[in-house]
Amino acid sequence: MQFMLLFSRQGKLRLQKWYVPLSDKEKKKITRELVQTVLARKPKMCSFLEWRDLKIVYKRYASLYFCCAIEDQDNELITLEIIHRYVELLDKYFGSVCELDIIFNFEKAYFILDEFLLGGEAQETSKKNVLKAIEQADLLQESQSEDWGSLPNEELL
Amino acid sequence: MPAVSKGDGMRGLAVFISDIRNCKSKEAEIKRINKELANIRSKFKGDKALDGYSKKKYVCKLLFIFLLGHDIDFGHMEAVNLLSSNKYTEKQIGYLFISVLVNSNSELIRLINNAIKNDLSSRNPTFMCLALHCIANVGSREMAEAFASEIPRILVAGDTMDSVKQSAALCLLRLYKTSPDLVLMGEWTSRVVHLLNDQHMGVVTAAISLITCLSQKNPDEFKTCVSLAVSRLSRIVSSASTDLQDYTYYFVPAPWLSCKLLRLLQCYPPPEDGAVKGRLVECLETILNKAQEPPKSKKVQHSNAKNAILFEAISLIIHYDSEPNLLVRACNQLGQFLQHRETNLRYLALESMCTLASSEFSHEAVKTHIETVINALKTERDVSVRQRAADLLYAMCDRSNAKQIVAEMLSYLETADYSIREEMVLKVAILAEKYAVDYSWYVDTILNLIRIAGDYVSEEVWYRVIQIVINRDDVQGYAAKTVFEALQAPACHENMVKVGGYILGEFGNLIAGDPRSSPLVQFNLLHSKFHLCSVPTRALLLSAYIKFINLFPETKATIQEVLRCDSQIRNSDVELQQRAVEYLKLSSIASTDVLATVLEEMPPFPERESSILAKLKKKKGPGAVSVTELEDSKREGGELNGGGDRGPDTSAMSASNASTPSPSADLLGIRSSAPAGTAPASAGNLLVDVFSEAGPAAPSAAVNDDGFLSSAPPSEDPAPPLSEADELLNKFVCKNNGVLFENQLLQIGIKSEYRQNLGRMYLFYGNKTSVQFASFTTSVSCPGELQSQLNVQTKQVEPLVEGGAQIQQVLNIECLTDFSDAPLLNIKFRYGGALQNLTLKLPVTINKFFQPTEMSSHDFFQRWKQLSQPQQEAQKIFKANHSMDTEVLKAKLLGLGTALLDNVDPNPENYVCAGVIQTKGQQVGCLLRLEPNAQAQMYRLTLRCSKDSVSRRLCELLAEQF
Repeated sequence: MQFMLLFSRQGKLRLQKWYVPLSDKEKKKITRELVQTVLARKPKMCSFLEWRDLKIVYKRYASLYFCCAIEDQDNELITLEIIHRYVELLDKYFGSVCELDIIFNFEKAYFILDEFLLGGEAQETSKKNVLKAIEQADLLQESQSEDWGSLPNEELL
Repeated sequence: MPAVSKGDGMRGLAVFISDIRNCKSKEAEIKRINKELANIRSKFKGDKALDGYSKKKYVCKLLFIFLLGHDIDFGHMEAVNLLSSNKYTEKQIGYLFISVLVNSNSELIRLINNAIKNDLSSRNPTFMCLALHCIANVGSREMAEAFASEIPRILVAGDTMDSVKQSAALCLLRLYKTSPDLVLMGEWTSRVVHLLNDQHMGVVTAAISLITCLSQKNPDEFKTCVSLAVSRLSRIVSSASTDLQDYTYYFVPAPWLSCKLLRLLQCYPPPEDGAVKGRLVECLETILNKAQEPPKSKKVQHSNAKNAILFEAISLIIHYDSEPNLLVRACNQLGQFLQHRETNLRYLALESMCTLASSEFSHEAVKTHIETVINALKTERDVSVRQRAADLLYAMCDRSNAKQIVAEMLSYLETADYSIREEMVLKVAILAEKYAVDYSWYVDTILNLIRIAGDYVSEEVWYRVIQIVINRDDVQGYAAKTVFEALQAPACHENMVKVGGYILGEFGNLIAGDPRSSPLVQFNLLHSKFHLCSVPTRALLLSAYIKFINLFPETKATIQEVLRCDSQIRNSDVELQQRAVEYLKLSSIASTDVLATVLEEMPPFPERESSILAKLKKKKGPGAVSVTELEDSKREGGELNGGGDRGPDTSAMSASNASTPSPSADLLGIRSSAPAGTAPASAGNLLVDVFSEAGPAAPSAAVNDDGFLSSAPPSEDPAPPLSEADELLNKFVCKNNGVLFENQLLQIGIKSEYRQNLGRMYLFYGNKTSVQFASFTTSVSCPGELQSQLNVQTKQVEPLVEGGAQIQQVLNIECLTDFSDAPLLNIKFRYGGALQNLTLKLPVTINKFFQPTEMSSHDFFQRWKQLSQPQQEAQKIFKANHSMDTEVLKAKLLGLGTALLDNVDPNPENYVCAGVIQTKGQQVGCLLRLEPNAQAQMYRLTLRCSKDSVSRRLCELLAEQF
């Protein structure tokens, strides 16, 4: 996988993960182009498209689009399920995850992604093992954490 | 999950994020961000040392601001400080900031690398993972330099935790992708491969990505992974859906790992070991069978995971391209998907079938789905699916269905999405040309193409139709008639006017007999379009008019009048003005004979690679053109002869003395040959001179009128082997690498390696000139009985070799039984229009399949005696041709591939060697004795082999070496 982008229906980027070295300028250009392309597609269309020399695999969950760019030889369907497993991980961790969880806890979203995918490849596909690693990390954190209460939102799953 | 685990309580961060979200406008957001940046800056600069928590919070805020799309130019130092915190969350945020924001800033990288080094050696698995994640995320060269040698150790160490192994494997993969030269597996190779056997599925899942990448680059070193991968796959495929616990995903056992295993196997040819291969075929069959079973769940995740494995298995089947049964089953399975209600599956089935269409085993099976695919092209609502359908139609097209497919594609073009029209036009043009049985169909198709999608018809396409019409006289009359009719339409595309102008200018006489298309009618028709056309088209029409004057003297007055009018002769466009002036002058001063010579019908165009095909390749990127197409062009040669970039103006005369280079294509190639005011006679001479001078440049020598269905370059038989072919071959008997052949144009280098009865040879073709070689094709043949003795396989090379460039070709060689002849390598290409045709002998000689055999003196003589039948021995006494120096001789004998045995022969001057030749069918033991006589400058060479033909051949070969 070359990169993964999460963006909202309004086109706001919520998470970006790049597995190939690119300049900031190039990243912004790609993001702009892809967000536009994907948002323009209608709901029943297929989840794959050719873009430059890459294949784009995307899926919408509630208000968020998850969009991955893979190479020619990579498998589209398994990438679609990578997206789904990531959403499941977020859902399990946050408890009915929604876009707001990802906005306010973007760092957690990154940590979970790093446990699941590394260098653009699946590192650990077991949900239990990924969450175990994250929980262990949470146990190491200081006790001074507080919560700011729940916000109105839509669940992703 | 309890709410407390959400975030780690950076309240300030949450408040800031809320503030940003509440901003009503972009300006308000920027204002709020600037305020925050100022605040953070002052905190970082302040005298009071910040505690870890605050530092973490501010670094996190900076990160958030960056992710919103703003530039961040400070805070890096604070982030680096966090790395050395012993609080996990602080360290974690530090690493995150660096992963997202740091690029190769050398000063900082050193500090970061220090922190990483500490964490890697901390033996705390959580810290180690963080450090590895950071390396994998940044993946810079500096990091590769610092850690590439350390990580393999961590990866294979017995006491490394599983989670650390997983991170280490993928971290190494990332470093390998950035800096392959720094990641050396060397001694670790076999332990890394054996990670495929690891008990922990997660470790296998991570490690296999690394192994796949390394295998692609060093297939030989990693080839033991094939059997391991097959047995792992077999265990997964045959496991019940619950066996793998958490690695089962929606009732599908380990889908990610299965896909990766199947992907890894695609780096290799089918397993040689029959048992391994049998097991693998069984796996593939099971996967195909499972596709027919009722789903275990209605969830889309279940079917996606299951089908992901299925598609990957089909890719492997296509990659092997050797199991007709599996290929046809794969094709049937995809056929079912073509009508599936899931758009995704239809898309993938169309895509995958495209590759199946290029396999000789499944091409026919793919063709049976033509109606479904045509239907998809018409009814799919998603343009990307329709595009796949068009691709597939293109891939499955052959002579039997070309008319149907071209017709469907043409009718689809009328409504096709704008984004794919140009590509569709190119494809229709290529198919029409490639499979034209009669040329009138071809002409009709292209004119239809212009009519339907004129705007998308690129120059290459209409140049091409003109080249073909010019090169085929049986279609010229039809073309003139058809184009004349097409021009009758009140609104016709400018490209139609161009084609019409050119063709009527050349062949209008063929339809002039009919009063409905008399010369004047033709002229008036063309001229009625003139004023609506762009400058280049008008320039072309002017050239057509002067051609008319030659073809039909009765039009001369009318045309001269047109040329003479102010809008032509005083046109503000210099090109048009010049043409008008020159053509007018030419028509009034040149004699009929001169005129006829200058304006003669265009000579046929040289056959080249189709410029349309080249354009399609360029458009889709290399490799995107379907395999069938490349193979077809190999099979049928350069049928798609092309016009290059200049279009059909490559005439004799345009190469002559063009006084002012013009941007517009001078289609008829008549350009300022007669400067105004030159005396008629000398103008005539000049013109004749110019013509004759340019004569050699005219491509007549290279032209054949096979047209586009037979071919240009490969239509010529391969040349006989060069006279020096044997000599060149002999140079390689005792060595595997070097330059095989060189002349002024081309250099051919060879690298080869042999193991057992198999060999691989790399041929490097270097273009020594600065000019492109076109239609570059090579073929390897085994003449006569060699066919049954040696199996040589290779793929076709790219047809273009740029000036100064080198291309590579790999040959796989299998020795079936012993042999005497050498395979022939034929190379053909066009260098500046002239066909080069060259045949060499490939230095594959029987001794390449030697395995050295060490043996004692006693054993040697025992065997020597056993091989005492007269025909088993071959002997030759000959004069030394090369140095008799001991070291040189030893080097040659070792290069031969045998073992050089010391202390065997009682005479220390003599050389004794032993080896076994490995062929597929049998092994042939060989013993050799070489007795030099320095005084007489002579040798006696004796060979004894278990097979007499081998003795003779080796003796022949070796006699040339010393």
